[in-house]
Order: sequence, then structure tokens, then C-alpha cells
Amino acid sequence: MADPHPVPFRGGGFRPVQKRGVGLVVFVALIALVEWGTRSGWISNLTLPRPSDVAQTLIDLWQSGLFLQHVLPSLSRLAVGSAMGVTAGIAVGVLIGLFSLARAGLVPLVAALFPIPKIALLPLFVIWFGIDEGSKYALIALGTFTPTVVATFGAVDNVDRTLIRMGQSFGLPWASTVRKIVLPGAMPGILSGMRISLSIGIILLVAAEMLGAEYGIGAYILEAGSLYDLERLFAGVVILSVLGVVVSWTIGRVEQRMLRWRS
Amino acid sequence: MDLTIDGLTHRYDAVEVLSDISLTIPSGRIVCIVGPSGCGKSTLLRMIGGLERPSAGQVLQLGAPASDCLNPLTFVFQDFALLPWRSVSGNVSLVLEDHALSRQDRAERIADVLARTNLTDFADALPRQLSGGMKQRVAIARALAVNPAVMLMDEPLSALDAQTRELLMDDLVQLWTRTPFTSVYVTHNLSEATRLGHRIVVLSRRPGRIREVIEIDTPLDARDSTDPVLARHQDHLWQLMREEARAADAELAHG
Repeated sequence: MADPHPVPFRGGGFRPVQKRGVGLVVFVALIALVEWGTRSGWISNLTLPRPSDVAQTLIDLWQSGLFLQHVLPSLSRLAVGSAMGVTAGIAVGVLIGLFSLARAGLVPLVAALFPIPKIALLPLFVIWFGIDEGSKYALIALGTFTPTVVATFGAVDNVDRTLIRMGQSFGLPWASTVRKIVLPGAMPGILSGMRISLSIGIILLVAAEMLGAEYGIGAYILEAGSLYDLERLFAGVVILSVLGVVVSWTIGRVEQRMLRWRS
Repeated sequence: MDLTIDGLTHRYDAVEVLSDISLTIPSGRIVCIVGPSGCGKSTLLRMIGGLERPSAGQVLQLGAPASDCLNPLTFVFQDFALLPWRSVSGNVSLVLEDHALSRQDRAERIADVLARTNLTDFADALPRQLSGGMKQRVAIARALAVNPAVMLMDEPLSALDAQTRELLMDDLVQLWTRTPFTSVYVTHNLSEATRLGHRIVVLSRRPGRIREVIEIDTPLDARDSTDPVLARHQDHLWQLMREEARAADAELAHG
């Protein structure tokens, strides 16, 4: 008999745990690396701008008052366009989830709309809705509409059928079954769909502003790009990244609040 | 209110699952339906409750339910079917909200059924915080809240561990003794059937047919696990089902 020895541990892993601050460290390290590279000269200033210069550009932008002039129109376009797209998307998604006729009629249509690069339609939208805000709203609305529809009807399909059966067995009216069982049950899926739709919304916002806007983050970036002003170009990109993080954080908060019932 | 099942037959496509079931469910009694798995006992229950349409035959209600009955045929499901986003009292309230009840009447009904199922202290808890036994108590409270004429219980204790099952059986016996209710109780567990059933209906393997109906006269609150009469009944049931259960076990699932 060999000596007794402890049973080796072989479980563990495969379970994400929360690590605080690591994301921030990666950001800071990357920026510090670029700062050091541009200062010591092995990154030429045609390749990447110096992060401290980008920060200075942002500060100047804020002090000149141009920051709000560019960001506010962008935010209102994003808000109006995605509100239209997401609302319509949830409505159509729920219809598809609930009615076989709507499913048969609309799913192929959504599948046909989804892969169209919406930017390609901008000239058409300009003719339909005008060069002003209308075409930008329409572009963002259409871009957020299709992913919301797909996420919503998937979420409705995934609502626990035994809960719906329970509602029927207690004689709940149809409208109550939808409002009290189907919609809350589909909410997790709808919210995670909104993460994707809103990110697409931001991309389309910039694209629309690049094609015709006096003010807006997209216009600002386009102008900087055509002048090869890397500091301003990156300042615009930073604003977009921050916007993306803020949107994602907001949805996270909404999820936490509305989905408290999940473990 | 009594229920009469008259010549009920059901088939899925070409497969006959229930064949010519005729049965009466007398008011104030618990009728247990037992049978090997796949004999269609849950399907039969769903047809009694109007959740599924039989291919032939019908289920008849005799007489009117009580005037304060909000949902004559009320289910208790095996997997509880609680809304995870509603608290215990919210889950009970769900089935009352669509009826014309005053706010006070509704609150009284909720308080009453939670007290009867010993859940008063848990009124604000969410389902995920409750054990399986507690969840099924909530589902029973919800069923009682509509004051059903017949409770249709679909393997209500099958998802619970053995100890919890004993506790809930005691609870059900207590509930029935205090206010007798009418129930159709589907189970594959023979000790549940002999403990809770006034009448036990044995179904055969697919297609489900009634093989035998057993009456047990011992009052519910006088039954316990050492009772030789019950043990004999249970053994008799097992002898009836043994071969069928073996055959059902060896059967391939139908696509």
C-alpha cells in the first residue's frame, strides 16, 4: 500500500466572478503605453495622437461651448430615433410572438430588412423625410427596429408556457395574460435586445451625421478627419465610447431595477 | 357541484392515449387517479379542466358552483407555476384582480388563504426565496382563493422531496378536514393515493382505460402509515400496476 495522500482538487473554474477595477486598469495601462510611446518617439504623431493632447482638445472643446453644441443634437437624435424604433419594435415583436398570422406575415419581412445596411438607404430617407432631423430619426429608428423585433419575439416565445397555461386555467382574460404574464416574462430578453439595438443606434447616428449635419458628434469627427486633425478625431471617438458605456450602464441599472425578482 | 365524465376518448394523431373513460366525481370527495407513466392521466385532468379538447366524449358539470366561487375548475400544477416577479401575496392576488371584488374583499381573501396555508409571514417573499414545499403551499393558497368547486391537482407533490411531501400531505388532510373540498388528484405515488383518496381510479397503460375503482372508507384524518387496511389497498394497487409499469418502462417514446 502506498502512503495516504490527499485527493487532488479538480473542480472549480468555468464560473465568471466579479473582478473590480480590472477594466479600469486595462484602460489606464493602454493609455499610459500610448502616451509613453508618443513621447519617446517610437509612435509617430501621424500614427496616433498623444492622449494628453486629446484630453486637452476635449477640455478646449468644453470651454469653447462647442461640446454641448455637438453633443446635444446627437443625443436628441439618438433618443428620438431609438425611442421610435424600440417602441415599434417591441409592439411588432409582441404581435409576432402572440399571433401566428403576424408571425407568418412579418418574420420574412423582418428577415429581409435586417441585413440591409441602413446607411445605404440614407439618400432615400433624405428624399422621403427631408435633409433635416427627419431622415436621421428614420435611419436610427429603422436600425433599432429590426433587432428589437427579433429579440422581442424570441423573448415572447421563451416565456414559460406553464405560466400561460396557469393564467388560462384561472380564467384570466386575454389582455391580463399578456400584460401580467407574457410581457414581464419577456422583459429580460427585450432588455438584452435593447443593448444591441442602442449600440446599433449609436453607429447609425454617427453615420447619418457624417452624411449631412452641421452639428453633431459625427459631423465633428468627419470635419476633423478631413483635416487630418487626429487630436480632434480621437476626442470625438472618446465621446462616442463614453456614450456607449453610459447607454450600457443605464440599461444595466434598468435591468437591476426591473429584474430584481431574478436571483 | 358534481362532475361526470362520459365516454372520454383521446388520440394524438393515430395514437390513442385515453379510451372510453367514464367516471363521476362526487362533491366533497377526493378522487385519485393513478396509473403508470404515459397512461394519459395528466391529459385526462387537463380535459376535465377544459385546457384540452377530447377527441370524443365529454365532461359534464352537474349543478351550479357556490355563488362566491370565482373559478369552478381550478388547477394545482406539479411545477407550481408561480410568477417569479410577484410576491407570495401578489401571486394570489393575480387570480383575483380580474374579478369584480372590492379592494377590501380581495385583501381579506388573500389574508384568509395565506393564514389557512400558514404563509402569513411570507406574504412579501418572492418565489425564488421559498423552498419547494412553500412554493406549492403558495399554489394551493392561490387555488383556494378563488373558492373552487373542484380542485384539479396534477401530481402536486411529485417535485418535492419525501419529507416535504409528508408535511404537505398532512396539510392537505387538515385543509380538507376543516372544509371538505372536491378534488381530482393525479399521482403516480401509491401512498399519496391511499392517504388522500376517498376513491382511487386505476388507469391501464396506453391507451388509458379504467382498470379498477377502489373506495377507501377510512376517514382522512384517521389514516396513518401503520394502518394495515391502507397497506393492503396499497399492495393491491401495486399488484394491479406492476406488469403495466414494467411494460411502460420498456416502451420507446413516440416521436
